[in-house]
Amino acid sequence: MGKEVKSILLAGVGGQGILRASDIMCMAFMEAGLDVKKSEVHGMAQRGGCVTSHVRYGHKVYSPLAQLGSIDLLVSFEKMESLRYLNYLTKDATIIVTTDEIYPPAVNMGDAPYPEDIISVLKKNFKLVKEIDATDLAKKAGNVKAANVVLLGAVSGYLDIKQPVWESVIEKSFPEKLVKVNLASFQMGRSA
Amino acid sequence: MKVLMSGNEAIARGMYEAGIRFAAAYPGTPSTEILEEFAKYDGVYAEWSPNEKVALEVAIGAALAGEKAVAVMKHVGVNVAADPLFTVSYTGINGALVIISADDPSLHSSQNEQDNRNYAKFAKIPMLEPADAQEAKEFIKLAFTISEKFDTPVFLRSTTRVSHSKSVVSLEEPIPYIDKTAITYNTTKYVMVPANARIRRVAVEKRTLALKTFANSFPENKLEINNPDVGIITAGMPYNYAKDVFPDYSYLKLGMVYPLPEKLIREFAAKVKKIYVIEELDQFLEEQIKAMGISVIGKEIFPYTNEFDPGIIQNAINNQNKATDLPVKSIPPRPPNLCPGCPHRGLFYTLNKLKLFVTGDIGCYTLSFMKPLEGLHSCICMGASIGMAHGMSKALKEKGKGKIVGVIGDSTFIHSGITPLLNMAYNKSNAVIIICDNSTTAMTGMQEHPATGYTLLGEKTKQLDLKVLVSALGIDNIRVVDPYDLKNTRAVIKEELAKDGPSVVISQRPCVLFKRAKLKAQKPLQVDPEKCTGCKVCLGLGCPPISWKKMEKKEGSKREGVSVIDENLCNGCGLCLQVCKFEAIK
Repeated sequence: MGKEVKSILLAGVGGQGILRASDIMCMAFMEAGLDVKKSEVHGMAQRGGCVTSHVRYGHKVYSPLAQLGSIDLLVSFEKMESLRYLNYLTKDATIIVTTDEIYPPAVNMGDAPYPEDIISVLKKNFKLVKEIDATDLAKKAGNVKAANVVLLGAVSGYLDIKQPVWESVIEKSFPEKLVKVNLASFQMGRSA
Repeated sequence: MKVLMSGNEAIARGMYEAGIRFAAAYPGTPSTEILEEFAKYDGVYAEWSPNEKVALEVAIGAALAGEKAVAVMKHVGVNVAADPLFTVSYTGINGALVIISADDPSLHSSQNEQDNRNYAKFAKIPMLEPADAQEAKEFIKLAFTISEKFDTPVFLRSTTRVSHSKSVVSLEEPIPYIDKTAITYNTTKYVMVPANARIRRVAVEKRTLALKTFANSFPENKLEINNPDVGIITAGMPYNYAKDVFPDYSYLKLGMVYPLPEKLIREFAAKVKKIYVIEELDQFLEEQIKAMGISVIGKEIFPYTNEFDPGIIQNAINNQNKATDLPVKSIPPRPPNLCPGCPHRGLFYTLNKLKLFVTGDIGCYTLSFMKPLEGLHSCICMGASIGMAHGMSKALKEKGKGKIVGVIGDSTFIHSGITPLLNMAYNKSNAVIIICDNSTTAMTGMQEHPATGYTLLGEKTKQLDLKVLVSALGIDNIRVVDPYDLKNTRAVIKEELAKDGPSVVISQRPCVLFKRAKLKAQKPLQVDPEKCTGCKVCLGLGCPPISWKKMEKKEGSKREGVSVIDENLCNGCGLCLQVCKFEAIK
């Protein structure tokens, strides 16, 4: 790649393993010989609130935060959360979105509807939108909690990092007994 | 070796590499992981102190004994530690002393957005500010060098974005620990009675002058002369934001934000045509640089509030607004919420139903101010709930009788709730204090405290008995309830509110996320759609698994929908089962 810095946004809800996924992604960029920085927010946000992680990579990265209108790739770990950050994307951005829904309090209470036409809004505004049922695929791979790694697998198809690098960082990121199911989840996402 | 590290992990690593083996802290976002990570290294002494004031005093004591010591806290923690802070500036240190302040621009997880660089100037203590994890690791070492060289405590300031962003860090071999501890006497230096303090006061001014000279040659105050048309003076994370969008401008990047290198700033000003000062929050650098008679552009164009990003800087300097609108306007908000099975939920549901004024405090339970629980009505700082409940009750007199309750978590109570509770007994209060005892410091991620019976290093220790403590403070009415039992919780609180004199109710149940409590997984509950009348009472608990499903109205039925429980989220705590009058939940 040239001098430019690329940005990825991972978005979802506290407890979905977003920070773990962005850690793995950063390690993959590092192993591929690139500079990488990422941002995340802890504390209050963990209690079921919105969670985002910016990942930026290139030959030399200064800011761990991307600015509005500059992100090339959005990975949404919850369907509705994809809508919240569209102003961060470039016009040509790629969106990978899970079909999993987690209702926020206002929807649970019946005070607001869960947005219905999310995928069509995404497709109307962006050329490349990939839907993926991450939880279902994780179940098939053997562990419903590995939906985050399914999404990593799906993203990997859009990044210039070779499969063995991904496999090596996944192996380093989980305790031994969880490596197999996470590798299977990654593959599920990659071939989806 | 290169690894990916957060700023906090890098600070801990830097401490270890520098041969530092002593640190004390109270947890607080975004600083918490510094001590958690440091405690993992071999041979270190690290402790959670009950609050930041104690943590700093512990570190001062260690420094006085010749140790190189660190006290770690979030920005508002420095307020708590401010008393010893201002005077340890006078005494200086014997070993070395560094105070880490983790500020929170944008208030990601805090009650205010104070800029702790002001403390450096106020207390006359030098302050270093790293811009990323690699610098965080290096700067903590430099902070110790400065502390030893100038006989001064030194601040290391981080911000949320430095502490919680990750970047590539090169690890180095740690230098071996050298034990220089000994008992040494120097009363004129360490006994701050007026006669001694007046002398030290002068020493502080001399030290500041020496530090000002040192700042001019401090290698982390860096000149980068590129395009001379525009110069940028900045420090910390905003440097990265600016470099991201204006890589070709000239920079003076300050590694030390107090005191400022005046000579270097003048040299920079002479080399560039126009200067922007880029800093988040207060115009701390800008004011001092303008006082030197140097013309700069700062807060006329940059915001005072919130953290920056590259776009904010670019828009301000180019006088443009590139922000694009969201294609969808009405996205339901997703605020943080109490977890399914959270013990606070039942308590705050009850407090709401009792129609009280509840003075609140800092912790997960603060979230219950929101709909639908709405069981908390104020939150100022750690420990404030108790003093405020007492003050309200005294001011309201008869009008407040049976109406004022203060709530405070176990860790927060130990942090700064003990003295105000003593005050309630002493000054004959009439309010009820509820200690939400979930057996841990939950909000910051399950840290130990004196009532957990374990130390930060994982050792078993004397466990504080809250009941005994409360009794010793002079509170005669002490009750313990299980907040999962709504009926009893409500009855006990009502009884205590009816009494004259202060009462303490301990609402006791471990946090659902607390692993050591080994809570048994309970069977997820279900709604029987035949029995559910759609009354929505269970929705009033604000429990994440319970949602409302709209239905077609049937003839002769008022029912517009039913409640549904998501079995994947439900923890089986049974609160909804207790509030359902139609026995529709099982």
